[in-house]
Amino acid sequence: MGDSENRVLEVKDLSVRFDTHQGTVRAVDGVSFYIEEGETLGLVGESGSGKSVTNLALLGLIPNPPGVIDSGQVLFDGKDLLKLSIHEMRKIRGNRISMIFQDPMTSLNPLLTIEQQLAEVLEIHRGMSRREARPLCAKGLGEVGIPSPEKCLDSYPHELSGGMRQRVMIAMALLCDPKILLADEPTTALDVTIQAQILELMAKLQKDHGTAIMLVTHDMGVVAGQADRVNVMYAGRLAETASTKDLFDRPMHPYSKGLLESVPRLFGDASGELFSVPGQPPDLASLPAGCAFAPRCSYAVDACTNTRPELTVQIDANATSERLVACTEAARVLAADLAAEPADGGAS
Amino acid sequence: MTETLLEVKNLAKHFPIGSVGLTGRPDHFLRAVDDVSFDLHRGESLGLVGESGCGKSTTARAVIGLHKPTAGSVKLEGQELAHLSARQWLPYRRRMQMIFQDPYASLDPRQTVGSILKEPLTIHKIGKPRDRRLRALALLDAVGLNPRYLNRYPHEFSGGQRQRIGIARALALEPDILICDEPVSALDVSIQAQVINLLKELQERFNLAYLFIAHDLAVVRHLCSRVAVMYLGRVVEVAERDQLFENPAHPYTRALLSAVPHADPAVEAGRERIVLEGDVPSPHNPPSGCSFHPRCPERDRVGARCSSEAPTLIERDGGRFAACHLED
Repeated sequence: MGDSENRVLEVKDLSVRFDTHQGTVRAVDGVSFYIEEGETLGLVGESGSGKSVTNLALLGLIPNPPGVIDSGQVLFDGKDLLKLSIHEMRKIRGNRISMIFQDPMTSLNPLLTIEQQLAEVLEIHRGMSRREARPLCAKGLGEVGIPSPEKCLDSYPHELSGGMRQRVMIAMALLCDPKILLADEPTTALDVTIQAQILELMAKLQKDHGTAIMLVTHDMGVVAGQADRVNVMYAGRLAETASTKDLFDRPMHPYSKGLLESVPRLFGDASGELFSVPGQPPDLASLPAGCAFAPRCSYAVDACTNTRPELTVQIDANATSERLVACTEAARVLAADLAAEPADGGAS
Repeated sequence: MTETLLEVKNLAKHFPIGSVGLTGRPDHFLRAVDDVSFDLHRGESLGLVGESGCGKSTTARAVIGLHKPTAGSVKLEGQELAHLSARQWLPYRRRMQMIFQDPYASLDPRQTVGSILKEPLTIHKIGKPRDRRLRALALLDAVGLNPRYLNRYPHEFSGGQRQRIGIARALALEPDILICDEPVSALDVSIQAQVINLLKELQERFNLAYLFIAHDLAVVRHLCSRVAVMYLGRVVEVAERDQLFENPAHPYTRALLSAVPHADPAVEAGRERIVLEGDVPSPHNPPSGCSFHPRCPERDRVGARCSSEAPTLIERDGGRFAACHLED
């Protein structure tokens, strides 16, 4: 852990702002993290917390205007992706780093056949002709579990179901065998039985190809099953970074704790009231001076309202990897977790 | 259970698609809802779950009269509603109100909150303008919003607050039944929990019956006392909550429950998941026999009957209802 040699991507102090009529919105504010080879890094947070903007910024897809990357570095392969020209970036996008989006209904071009859209990737990045590309495209579709790849190649997106379209998107993203796959809510638009298929598929492909995945999601269940480590975002900043096990067993940021406790469960007592985080998410155009979560936080002390906590390493005797938390009261949160946990260390 | 408020029997809603010949008569029908029956008792909440396209929203809309049912009956305390005209519906709609999924689309952006909350009272000619204002203030208070918000517009509120306004509007006429169509699925987890708790509190306070439509089984488990599972326009299983979640009878219910990711890495790592093959078939051209049979992991245990004969929803052990030949 923390071994910088295994890092395939490193983000340092990334800040993205949007200049709007309502004022400047700091969508991402000083975010630093890394992705290790072959791992799945979860990025969770609620709407407006900056997770999708972070994702888009990595690939230089922030619309400008209104978006401006204020600061930061995205180190990949010894280069800072934020400094590359549009032309150089195009060589990386879809080739070394790929992306799948939430909505499989709108991320394919309705006017082109699946073959035209898949082959384009190989034509651009591998300089192949359409004829050379076709068998590889068919192989890619077979790999993602599409029953008759040849027939699918000649179809238009509207002929396919949502689950099939998402499979096509995944096949497209993996055609060039990327180092990193950025998946932005890849299963949110799908039904649970189809979600289960896609998640299983992604895990299998990751094993086969050794691709590192950054999984952006708001679903704590999806993260629990898929991710090795998790970043929790709140109001454009990282609140906590931990291994999935540590985070779910012993969350150390009051927001992570509140978020986990407010998830409705399929087992255990369901008769009582659900825990809920009081208040509303903050307005990013007018964030408080101190910690953005302080107005909703039950652990907040006076200092929280005027000093903004930085992401710092925390002591946790049972940690399976480095624990970073942006909260001065993290130790108190941990103590509360440990007090609530059953004596045997609890596998519940 | 106490008195039966709502009785739905053999409800069907078919939508015409395409037409042939000079007559222009539709030749194809999309069978969105086919033969759905259930009861709703005073003060209880019945969950209606299933995947997109299974007909749960259409069922809700047919029950409240937004769609005219193709066949079947919807009775409110014995009074048949299925064939009423819009005007005849009016007095009954006072007893049955609806909460919608999207809090951004279901409030008129040009109306103030006060005017939104007073509108049902105006339509049903309840009280004097002064009383209506007081009622609107009381409603805001009941759903946990500051009464000072009366003159604000929907865009000034967050998603969770807007959903509270939608709930207040549905409560304005003091209904007996609330039909909730995915009321929390557009909300973030921390806000979702607030709204679930609010719905629970209001149910106790006003003795409301909920027909609660959702695709999120965990949410249904927290809110509902009974659950009906739909697949391709039909109810495949109805049971008391704990029975359904702990000991589901229908193979589809089992697969659905097993597909839901648990927010617990230890559980996720250790469990065997039933992953269904294929996609949900189109209700335009449903499979023969049991509509679940092409995806059913248990079909080999029964044999040809699954593809030839549609199972009926009948009572099984322990008072639960399931439509499956495996249980026959």
